[in-house]
Amino acid sequence: MINNLQLNTYVPIAQATGAGRNQMTGLTLRRSIIEQSKRAGVGHIGSALCVADIIACLYGKVIEAQSPRDPERDRFVLSKGHAALALYAAFAQRGWITQAQLNTYCGDGSQLGVHPEHCLPGVDFATGSLGQGLSFGVGAALAAKRQNSKRRTFVLLSDAECNEGSVWEAIMFASHHKLNNLFAIIDLNGQQAFGYTKDVLNLTPMDARWQAFGWDVHCVDGHDADAMAVLIQSLSGKGDQPHVLVAHTTFGKGVSFMEHQIKWHYSPLNDLEYKQALAELEVQ
Amino acid sequence: MRGAFAKTLTELAGNDSRIYLLTGDLGYMALEPFAEKFPDRFINVGVAEQNMVGIATGLAEAGFIPVVYSIVTFATLRPYEFIRNGPILHQLPVRIAGVGGGAEYGHNGATHYGLEDIGVMRVQPGITVVAPADAAQTATALKKTYDLPGPVYYRLGKDDRIVVPGLNGAFDLGRAQIIREGKDLLLIAMGGISCEVAAAAELLRKDGIDCEVMVVASINPAPVDDLKAHLSKFRQAITVEAHYAAGGLCSLVSEVVAQSGINCKITRCAIEKSPDGETGGQAFLYNKFGISAGAVAARAKALLCGVMV
Repeated sequence: MINNLQLNTYVPIAQATGAGRNQMTGLTLRRSIIEQSKRAGVGHIGSALCVADIIACLYGKVIEAQSPRDPERDRFVLSKGHAALALYAAFAQRGWITQAQLNTYCGDGSQLGVHPEHCLPGVDFATGSLGQGLSFGVGAALAAKRQNSKRRTFVLLSDAECNEGSVWEAIMFASHHKLNNLFAIIDLNGQQAFGYTKDVLNLTPMDARWQAFGWDVHCVDGHDADAMAVLIQSLSGKGDQPHVLVAHTTFGKGVSFMEHQIKWHYSPLNDLEYKQALAELEVQ
Repeated sequence: MRGAFAKTLTELAGNDSRIYLLTGDLGYMALEPFAEKFPDRFINVGVAEQNMVGIATGLAEAGFIPVVYSIVTFATLRPYEFIRNGPILHQLPVRIAGVGGGAEYGHNGATHYGLEDIGVMRVQPGITVVAPADAAQTATALKKTYDLPGPVYYRLGKDDRIVVPGLNGAFDLGRAQIIREGKDLLLIAMGGISCEVAAAAELLRKDGIDCEVMVVASINPAPVDDLKAHLSKFRQAITVEAHYAAGGLCSLVSEVVAQSGINCKITRCAIEKSPDGETGGQAFLYNKFGISAGAVAARAKALLCGVMV
């Protein structure tokens, strides 16, 4: 299936994939994101760059499972499924998929599409339709409680995803049922497909809204993987509320011309932009 | 049927700790047997059907068999995309129980009718769809399908008192049941209205018309072989359903006829128009929609005499 891929002008270079869990950082994921999105000629780059540190925190420092098929693994739901490339890069660095598999991203016959599919081991729940992932995660957390398991459930949502009413159904249920094994992480980048969230449908104050619905709220720097990991470990099994990290992030983080730019929600890279993006990441 | 469903589910849950029952705040005076016996496995999620199906998906992924319960339209149409992207896409054993198929919630008005649930569920290849005709068939169908690996949709009637003569609680996936044999005309029914169709056959007998009556409760998988075998014995058949004309029983039967080349003309008794706001009891509405026993019998007579009504 790799043979079907359009390679365009991309020339593979040595990259950080396969480096293993301990070496995973937002930066190593970002290099993969830029390379794969250029090779495949697809967008959603800014979103994937934005959550790279959150994914690196979870898959590099928090989720312990040796195998994506371990029934006692922590569950993860990438509710903002359009950032799946960041997840695939983490799977590759974790050794859950091979570099050859990663290179099938958005190719014909690949299990690695723009949004994550359940057929790929490690993807606990297929996503892509915004507003569904938190409900899946609530069910997973409830199941862990009923099975007396210590496994945790992490759900990464976009801020604009909170436009969806179903998200608030899940928020209410989780606090009513005291699901303290559930962690929501909001990627608060202030942008959505067509504009800035403050202009489209104002979500401010995000933290107070979740607090009012009964959640244990923590405002964090969404690019500080170490601090987020320490916080998550300290909150695990504590209290009688579900936890939410309101993660302040920069859309397009790490590539100067993408940061805060609506264009990079959908736009793919041209050759010049690709070289500049990689060059910027090389010196970080 | 909902009483039989709750009773059977409670029996099954006694032997299978994977079974959970979730409701969207409906089922008062129906679900109590389960709730009282298994309070830890009964969850009223509140009036939030999308979240209910999402939670059921998460529970099923971890090994549970969650049953989600609501009125037909709230159980299917409101959370439809959750059903599609959750249990169907992941092939998880979530059970969706919709009560009040057709116009059973007559006086409650159009928002409470279940007129297109079979159509929207049947287009999804990855879900088993069952529409039992009476309480005994509901019990058998649930016992035979509750532990299938993939999702199941049950279209349930409210009324536990109706008994379809000759059915005797028979149900098999992918099969249809013949409740009356005849030679002049084939009547094919789906769900609780089967009782009306049996009554229509009795009315027609008095007029010297000898009808065969088939009940189709296994919608997906469809009883293709049974349909072929019986349709090929008749030149005329009438499908009867408390459902819109498109997507339901008539569509299913017509697909089989068209694909197999059987020479049998299909006439449909189904709900042809959107509700116009005029409400009433189920019997009134069956008459209004042309799917009551009398309306079916009149249609059959006209058909066999070559007159359109």
